Amino acid sequence: MLQQIIDRRLAGKNKSIGNRERFLRRYKDQIREAVRRAVDGRGIRDLERSEDVHIPKKDVSEPVFHHGSGGSREMVHPGNQEYLKGDKIQRPKGGGGQGGGGNQASDSGEGEDDFVFTLSKDEFMQVFFEDLALPHLIRTQLAETPEWKSHRAGFTSDGTPNNLHVVRSMRGALGRRIALGGDARRELRQCEERLAQLQANPHPTEAMAEREIAELEARIEELRAKVARVPFIDPIDLRFRSRVRTPVPTSKAVMFCLMDVSGSMDESRKELSKRFFILLYLFLTRHYEKIEIVFIRHHTQAQEVDEDAFFHSTETGGTVVSSALVLMEEIIRARYPSGEWNIYGAQASDGDNWHHDSGRCRELLEQKILPLCRYYAYVQVAEPEQNLWEEYARLAENTGSHFAMRKVTEASQIYPVFRDLFKKETAAAA
Amino acid sequence: MQTMMKDLKDGPLPLKTRPGEPLPGPSDWSFELVERYHEVIKQTAGRFGLDTYANQLEIITAEQMMDAYASVGMPVNYRHWSYGKEFISTEKNYRRGHMGLAYEIVINSNPCISYLMEENTMAMQALVIAHAAYGHNSFFKGNYLFRMWTDAGSIIDYLVYAKNYVAQCEERHGLEAVETFLDSCHALMNQGVDRYRRPSKLSLAQELARREEREAYAQRQVNDLWRTLPRREDKPEEAREERRFPSEPQENLLYFIEKNAPLLEPWQREIVRIVRKVAQYFYPQRQSQVMNEGWATFWHHHLLNTMYDDGYLTDGVMIEWLKSHTNVVYQPPVGHRAYSGINPYALGFAMYTDLKRICEHPTDEDRTWFPDIAGAPWLPTLDHAMRNFKDESFVGQFLSPQLMREFRLFSILDDEDRPELEISAIHDESGYRAVRENLSRQYDLGSREPNIQVWNVNLRGDRSLTLRHFQHNDRPLAEGAHEVLKHVARLWGFAVHLESVNGKNAVTKRWSVPAPNH
Repeated sequence: MLQQIIDRRLAGKNKSIGNRERFLRRYKDQIREAVRRAVDGRGIRDLERSEDVHIPKKDVSEPVFHHGSGGSREMVHPGNQEYLKGDKIQRPKGGGGQGGGGNQASDSGEGEDDFVFTLSKDEFMQVFFEDLALPHLIRTQLAETPEWKSHRAGFTSDGTPNNLHVVRSMRGALGRRIALGGDARRELRQCEERLAQLQANPHPTEAMAEREIAELEARIEELRAKVARVPFIDPIDLRFRSRVRTPVPTSKAVMFCLMDVSGSMDESRKELSKRFFILLYLFLTRHYEKIEIVFIRHHTQAQEVDEDAFFHSTETGGTVVSSALVLMEEIIRARYPSGEWNIYGAQASDGDNWHHDSGRCRELLEQKILPLCRYYAYVQVAEPEQNLWEEYARLAENTGSHFAMRKVTEASQIYPVFRDLFKKETAAAA
Repeated sequence: MQTMMKDLKDGPLPLKTRPGEPLPGPSDWSFELVERYHEVIKQTAGRFGLDTYANQLEIITAEQMMDAYASVGMPVNYRHWSYGKEFISTEKNYRRGHMGLAYEIVINSNPCISYLMEENTMAMQALVIAHAAYGHNSFFKGNYLFRMWTDAGSIIDYLVYAKNYVAQCEERHGLEAVETFLDSCHALMNQGVDRYRRPSKLSLAQELARREEREAYAQRQVNDLWRTLPRREDKPEEAREERRFPSEPQENLLYFIEKNAPLLEPWQREIVRIVRKVAQYFYPQRQSQVMNEGWATFWHHHLLNTMYDDGYLTDGVMIEWLKSHTNVVYQPPVGHRAYSGINPYALGFAMYTDLKRICEHPTDEDRTWFPDIAGAPWLPTLDHAMRNFKDESFVGQFLSPQLMREFRLFSILDDEDRPELEISAIHDESGYRAVRENLSRQYDLGSREPNIQVWNVNLRGDRSLTLRHFQHNDRPLAEGAHEVLKHVARLWGFAVHLESVNGKNAVTKRWSVPAPNH
């Protein structure tokens, strides 16, 4: 009898991946909702993590015909301890798995539980940032992955047969044949003319003429062979259409992240603004390959810092918001000419500014920064509307869609506000 | 030539030579060891005359086991979200340790494929080989239900075909369309099997060759049924005749829809057919669980014990598989926390063991109850019991009073008209027959699943389809019925009604779903 042991361990796992995709696609709405809730509850350091998604069991059930309760039936059970024929028992309440009258104990046992599954980290982030984009990005949308366009770039001497350019190749062959055989052909023509002449007008000196004719004939023979040896087409004649891949002109973008770290920003406010920037950071780095991010934090003085210092180091002081705006403008002038760059700004503060400074902030924004920016978002992480909020509110009235401001007072608002600020352009922001 | 079990009237063939020393029993298996164990198990099974398909053992990882779980145990299947759901919940339970994976999956195909999980110890691999590759395998090959309804030789080919066909449809008609259509078919899967007719054999080549022909023909038939041209005047009698359609109620809803639904595209008909074929393939498994699992359990128990007596197995290996065996055949009593009905492994194993006892050491009681088999040679008796029954008839025929006492079986009558439950019979002289009858009926698929049939199609009017539910002991349909009906309407294309009819032929409840928009 044929018998074999087959080792299948290396033959692909994840055979169910296609089924899983179909499942995720079907429950997209519930998954989105779960992601939203999850983000609210998470600490900033573990935003990028997998997540459990709960879906009510009735939503994932597949209906089939089966018996309901009622009617009469007799069920046989094992393990009789005390009963005798004719004994009466109270009907068990709720019918849960207890032998009694409940049929299909397994069915009733776990009625209302949710169907729970784990969304992997990647799947989570994908849902997380779905349908977001930088607003007003000029010309081409910034490619999420480098996009290449292939276009013609003349001809090359090597390539694949499907790119062979026949006319070009034949023209090359013709040229080569002319070049290689030209001399020989010309001489051949002369020799033939001479021969014809000699044969038409016999020369007085017969012997000499005959010798010349013989020589000419030999030479003609030789030249003909030489011409024939030049190949009709040769590998060096082949020309191929050349296609090169050039990157599509993507627009360059830079994002300025401005965070207030002054004394009035207590831990919870800092936490809120960091959350906001972390979202922004994750979103930008995940979706846009070519984007620069400039981190600026400020108290009375502004300072450009690296990512790590921005998110993790602590420092406090008074508040002069305009210092950050001045620094931002300087950096733009120095490094990011606005003709080449799409410039974005995101600012988080508690709005508690040195009171003479707020007017200056508005002016700076209005006159210097906003004209250079595609989009500027301000997030206030505290409820009270102080002078900075008021000044910005005036600004918002005048500037339209290039400027947006939102208030966030609890962690649960961050994600919706974030989505609101950066939703795709068809539903324009602000 | 192999000796058949039915011919072994004098018990198993003798062992040729005792081994010098037992097979090694390390916790880690190796290919060489699996092969050696398999060789011995095969010889031992041969001595008992177990007739099997050729065996193909496949080593897989836990992850692959979950994959296999998710696609109803088959190595290939078409793609559908419900299998994704299955996979996700299996994976979750496994990762959290709520559930150990089954040690084995065995596929009713020829050659018979048994999966061995790489995490198993050598003793467990031996158990799985004996259980699946010889127990289940011989059941698949011998039992009449499987012989009648499944074609082990072609199922894998057919599933490959189904998978490709569904994938093609997804490409052509969109994921969404195919998915919702499959949903609707799945809802009727249990009502999509033939119960009394033998399906023709299908092979990949034939399927392909016949498909186009079938599609064209089916469409023609449908068109003819729905012909709206006026009849010729010279045949007025026929025109007046009220044609009832279908002329007799039909129990296979999917078959009826495949052949008669007016608006289905050819590809949709083919998908209905695929779902129907797969349902039919699993139909025998649904009605022979006790017998099948009991048979496999009985034989792994018997084979491994014989091997121990022959000196092949060490004490350590014995202890290990026995521990697992004991867990499998545990029957918690009613009221126990772990109780969820009768454990088919426990009941089946006990019944075959009991049959063997009745043959070898009958009591007076056994002689009265089983005059034919008390004292008969046990191997042919078991062979007969395995081949010619399904759960329902197997219990009805062979459940002995002694076993009922052992299990302390009793029967509860639950009648909604009465305020209390009543113990209708227990394991005593006056109750044996009743308990046995009730248990047998409990395994009757007809009483477990509602009996729903195609009753009528309104040919002249709105083309609506009427289904009828014939109540079993006045048991109503559960709540999901309306949802299922929506699926039926999607398949049928016009309004669908469902009437629930009690024993007195009176309609007690009625559901209706209007025609879906198209």
